[in-house]
Amino acid sequence: MPVTAPRAETAVGLPRWAFAPAAVGGLFVLLPLVAMATRVDWSSYWSLITSESARAALLLSLQTSAASTVACLVLGVPMALVLARCRFPGIDLLRSLVMVPLVLPPVVGGIALLYTFGRRGLLGETLEVAGVQVAFSTTAVVLAQTFVALPFLVTSLEGALRTAGARYEAVAASLGARPTTVLRRVTLPLVWPGLLSGAVLSFARALGEFGATITFAGSLQGVTRTLPLEIYLQRETDPDAAVALSLLLVVVAVLVIAATRRDRGPL
Amino acid sequence: MRKHIAAGVAALSTAFAVTALAGCGAPASGDVGTTTLTVFAAASLKGSFEDLAEQFEAAHDGVDVQLSFAGSSDLVAQIQQGAPADVFASADTANMDKLTADDLVVEPQAFATNTLEIAVPPGNPAGVESLQDLASPDVKLVLCAPEVPCGAASAKVAEAASLDLRPVSEEQSVTDVLGKVIAGEADAGLVYVTDVASAGDAVEGVEFPESDSAVNTYPIAPVTDADEAELAEEFVDLVLSDEGQQTLTGFGFAAP
Repeated sequence: MPVTAPRAETAVGLPRWAFAPAAVGGLFVLLPLVAMATRVDWSSYWSLITSESARAALLLSLQTSAASTVACLVLGVPMALVLARCRFPGIDLLRSLVMVPLVLPPVVGGIALLYTFGRRGLLGETLEVAGVQVAFSTTAVVLAQTFVALPFLVTSLEGALRTAGARYEAVAASLGARPTTVLRRVTLPLVWPGLLSGAVLSFARALGEFGATITFAGSLQGVTRTLPLEIYLQRETDPDAAVALSLLLVVVAVLVIAATRRDRGPL
Repeated sequence: MRKHIAAGVAALSTAFAVTALAGCGAPASGDVGTTTLTVFAAASLKGSFEDLAEQFEAAHDGVDVQLSFAGSSDLVAQIQQGAPADVFASADTANMDKLTADDLVVEPQAFATNTLEIAVPPGNPAGVESLQDLASPDVKLVLCAPEVPCGAASAKVAEAASLDLRPVSEEQSVTDVLGKVIAGEADAGLVYVTDVASAGDAVEGVEFPESDSAVNTYPIAPVTDADEAELAEEFVDLVLSDEGQQTLTGFGFAAP
């Protein structure tokens, strides 16, 4: 039963029954974070998150997530353009395949990457001859993060491109603009919010990447041990440090998302 | 709230144990009137304890042994939160000591020992012959992180041999180390003798005399509030018996 009658002039109300499950859903997401915060040993919080290993892990996480976001933009923007604007047989299948990393357990992604870029992988030997060693390097971390984060960028941007439609692009082209100019001056400015949110989601996903990294890249302080791996390791011996670092990761993620939300204004 | 969480953990552990059993062709017994003995055991005991559980079930009509395998520290945490284990077998004394301190187990007894061995991919591409070879910069070495028991043992061995080992990765668990060696990503890894034995042809083992400096002792004990206290005692007895010891030796363990 709607609270307000759906008329064009008045805002359409929500059915009352929707609020209870929405509140439960909100609590379901927030309560675990609150529960974690209550377990933090605040007196030693600062020393726990500024230990040498914690700082190295945070720095590495930020660096690799930034690098993989750039990689996602470089590869994902053209992918989204092709998927949204091109028509050819098999494109629906292609669209589904691009989403595969989204539904794949990250460990499976890690194994797949291992058999591609590992020393004995499909491309590994060629890379090794070329002098590139991916195994146990920071590059491997960026590859793992890009693999899992790419679908987030492609989906949000493709959605934005479809919503924006091709009308303005057609007008620009009819006025003599070349495809690159249309892309730069018309398409990208139109889908800017979608692009930004896609990039933020990719960054956040890369920041939280764990399974593919631990399977594919290994774990070494300052080289491959990102913050999630450090948290998992600290859990073995120092649960207080693990909780402190978890909260740090949550704070960083929230800050990143909040910063971009403000730019875009309320949704 | 705590109790609910514990119940959840217990339900999950039981589900895993059931899956583990089902996957290994142990007799499925869902009969009414069966008694269930729940055994929490360190991950490295998987093969040997599955065999021991079958032996125990064969000797005890109507008893269903449910096994839950995980890292010893995870199992300790579960037992501390009230998971319904009857028997706990740990991969090291440090984790068992945590439960002894809380009076959660009854008189732990050592039932096996395990030592480190070098695992290399088939064919030994880097030509590793000794512990000293692991210090070579040309060998991509993977170890357990010093925070976990196998990493502590690795550090001890390296120290005893006065070696400065520089791994390319410090893994979370011994299975992760083994995985990197099996995949050929690493040229060598330090794992337990039993891991090399259970990996079969996927890796080759290189024994080294310095492994004597880090002998890992496995303790077992009935849980204090066990639902099946008597059966728990009997299971511990089986593990300590000649028959049990023979099974463990078959999986690469040494006597305590």
